[in-house]
Amino acid sequence: MTKDFPIIRPMGERAILIEFQPEIDEEILQKLLAVKFLVEDFYIKEKVEVTNAYNSLLVFYVSGIEDVYGELSKLESLMNGAKIGNKIYGKTYYLPVCYSKEFGLDLELISEKNQLSIEEIVSLHTAPFYTVYFMGFLPGFLYLGGLDEKLHISRKKEPRMKIEKGAVGIGEKQTGIYPQPSPGGWQIIGNCPVDFFDKNSLPPSKISSGDMLKFYAVSKEEYTGISEEVKAGNYELKVKDNHGEN
Amino acid sequence: MAKIDILQPGLFSTIQDMGRFGFLNFGVPQSGAMDFYAAKIANLILRNKANDAVLEITQMGPKLQFSAATEIAIAGADLSPKINNDQVQNNSVLKISAGDTLSFGRRKNGCRTYLAIKDGFDTEYLMNSRSWYTGLTEKYKLEKGMALPYNSFEKSEPVTHSSVKFFSGYLDSRNIEAYPGPEYFKLCEAQRALLMETEYGIGRDNNRMAIQMVEPLVNDLDPILTGPVLPGTVQLTPSGRLIVLMRDCQTTGGYPRILQLSEKGISCLAQKVAGEKVRFTVKSQVNKKSAALALKK
Repeated sequence: MTKDFPIIRPMGERAILIEFQPEIDEEILQKLLAVKFLVEDFYIKEKVEVTNAYNSLLVFYVSGIEDVYGELSKLESLMNGAKIGNKIYGKTYYLPVCYSKEFGLDLELISEKNQLSIEEIVSLHTAPFYTVYFMGFLPGFLYLGGLDEKLHISRKKEPRMKIEKGAVGIGEKQTGIYPQPSPGGWQIIGNCPVDFFDKNSLPPSKISSGDMLKFYAVSKEEYTGISEEVKAGNYELKVKDNHGEN
Repeated sequence: MAKIDILQPGLFSTIQDMGRFGFLNFGVPQSGAMDFYAAKIANLILRNKANDAVLEITQMGPKLQFSAATEIAIAGADLSPKINNDQVQNNSVLKISAGDTLSFGRRKNGCRTYLAIKDGFDTEYLMNSRSWYTGLTEKYKLEKGMALPYNSFEKSEPVTHSSVKFFSGYLDSRNIEAYPGPEYFKLCEAQRALLMETEYGIGRDNNRMAIQMVEPLVNDLDPILTGPVLPGTVQLTPSGRLIVLMRDCQTTGGYPRILQLSEKGISCLAQKVAGEKVRFTVKSQVNKKSAALALKK
């Protein structure tokens, strides 16, 4: 078998999978999104749903694929026509995080294991512009790229039975926010009071694959203030359109 | 509006339709009836739409009371349904009068049965679907004292006999039909042969998210970079555990995906209870030309 990417193949009776090189890489994400938008434009939304992970694109046919070979050929020619190189600029979302000890259950553990002061952890975590690769695991759970190596830390051996909604955590090379209470094994460093996934809105989240995310630290008082605004429904997500400055 | 009162909830009953589409990009599971075939037949008998919401009943049925006249149909596992004190049959139009109760008895075959009601259950509608899912919809399973809303329906002419045929053979079949998954060819030939030859027991860990097999498949496959998974994806863990993802599964995963069940395979597996034995039969997806295009790349 040769290893020429992208690989395109059926995945059961209702989906076709397109895979690029298995790496977490922004260039691959760009290629993937270029193809994704082409495929989305080509099909009727009610019939086909296109979703991506780090290096793969899933084309899902709501009522099944009638002619697998025909669909594979169609997708191949769409891919060949994809103009890759026009960078897709998403948006940058700014999310407040309270890194107090009350929320940051594992700050001290990371501080000890990774030989960093808590201030250093916070500044390393708030410095990068994280790339949003995709959502998965739980509704609204963001897979982010760009965590500083100094913050990489293994998961808990015994996962916690309940992690609070909004908890910001680190697991191996990844960082993310729990969009709803759930069991979980990540090391928790803070809490984000902002709802960026709302099951009652369409679409349920403004953030999508290809966007950027930046965290900024807030005090407990600011956190409480933002929480109240969120509850009252008048909190506005801080967002900036990107035109290549990142 | 008419309602069904839940007198007893049964083991696990949940409202489902054909699932939630258009939200994979937000990490929202598809959900939907575990056995699409039986759910569709139940709706078809009543001349409902295929996507109308039905009640999925697992192993032990609930006891329900209807507040107004309607028609119902039951398809899937045979759980010995009774209206008031009378035994009734699966796969037929059943007339309900105000005050009637529906209950279930001994499980004769299968694992899940579907209760359809004329024009579907009028329950919570969220993200283009009525399928219940933990953490997303307000409810995820029937509980005592709950009420399910529906629109009453009364027909003056006698009930016409439906010509819908339910092919029940798959309820007892041990063969789970599958296609090669994306990582199937990373298994060596001996492992692939073993995968086909082994009779796998259905483990105790089986629910709407996943069904685990008892027998392990020893392997040295590397984990994959987190990628898409679907209902029917068979994952292989480093410890050799085969996990068949079902309707409520997550949208992405990191274990190698060695098989992808056909819709028939998913329906068949959805009708198995812990301790039963199954076998995977792998068929190639397409004709030779396209198989070459799809698999040898």
